Amino acid sequence: MSNHHDHDHGPTHTHDGKPIQEDELPSIEAQILETSVRELLIEKGVVSGEDIRRAIEAMDSRGESLGAKIVVRAWMDPEFKERLLNSSDDAIREFGINMSPMELCVVENTDEVHNMVVCTLCSCYPRPILGIPPAWYKRRDYRARAVREPRAVLQEFGTKLPDGKQVRVHDSNADLRYLVLPKRPAGTEDWTADQLEALVTRDSMIGVSDVRRPEEAAA
Amino acid sequence: MENKYNPGDKVRILQRNQPGHVRTPIYVRGKTGVIERVVGSFPNPELLAYGNPGLPYKMLYRVNFRQSELWPDYGGPSSDTLEIEIYEHWMAPA
Repeated sequence: MSNHHDHDHGPTHTHDGKPIQEDELPSIEAQILETSVRELLIEKGVVSGEDIRRAIEAMDSRGESLGAKIVVRAWMDPEFKERLLNSSDDAIREFGINMSPMELCVVENTDEVHNMVVCTLCSCYPRPILGIPPAWYKRRDYRARAVREPRAVLQEFGTKLPDGKQVRVHDSNADLRYLVLPKRPAGTEDWTADQLEALVTRDSMIGVSDVRRPEEAAA
Repeated sequence: MENKYNPGDKVRILQRNQPGHVRTPIYVRGKTGVIERVVGSFPNPELLAYGNPGLPYKMLYRVNFRQSELWPDYGGPSSDTLEIEIYEHWMAPA
C-alpha cells in the first residue's frame, strides 16, 4: 500500500517557450525504506495498520472548507480578524485546530500588498487547516520560481497584478505555517456566510490567485 | 530566552559553510534585510534532523528582504519583497 497521496487537482501550468521540469519520483530506496519502517513499526506493535489508515483518512478528509470558514469569519467579524492576525494560534483554536508544535502566521492581502506562500525546502503547508497540498505546490519548479519570479508564476495561474501592488512572497522554511487572508470582494456587504465561503478557494489561501469574483459564483 | 534582535533591526545573513541540515537557503546568505518579527525560540532543526533533541533552543525571526536585493536581475517592481524565517545564529547586525 502506498502512502504517497499526490492529489493533482489542477491543470498543468505552462508558459510559452519554457519547458516544465518534471520532478523526480521518490527514489526506490526511499520507497523501500518507508515500507520497511512502516511494516516494522506495525510488527513491533508501536502502531497498528488501523492507526495508520485512520491518520490517512483524517488527512484526506480535510479540504479547503475549514480555511474558507476561517477567512469568512474574519471578513464578517473585525474582532476575530484582529485576533486571527495577531494571535493566530488562539484564534483557530475556536475551530478546533491545534497546529502545535508549529505556529500559524496569517498574512493579509490589502490594496497595497498581495501575499504568496511557498516552501522552498520541501512542502510545508498548513495541513491542519487546508489538508494536503496540491501536487504543483510540492514541485521544484514552483518552489524555485515562486521566490525568484513570483509575478511570472502568478501570471501562469491567471493572476495579473498591477505594478503598483507589492508582491510579498513568504518562504515557509521553519516553524511557521502560512495562511493568506484574501481581500473581501466589493459588493458582498450583505452576503451570508455560506455565500461568502463559496468564493474562497484553496489557491486564494495559498496566494497564487485571488478569491472568485462575486459575479462568477452562483448567488 | 532573550532575543538579540528586534523588529526594524537591519541584519545581514551570514555565509556559513555548514554541512548537514540547515534551514537558511543559499539565496538569502550574504544579503541584508530587516527583522519583521521575533517568532520565538525553537529546538535547533540542524540537530533535530539527526535525532538529536535540538538543545539549546534557538531564537527564530522573520526577516524581510527587497527582492531587488536578493536577485540582481529581479524583473518586478523594487517594492516587491520576500519574508522568510531565519535563526539568530545565522545573522549579524548590518
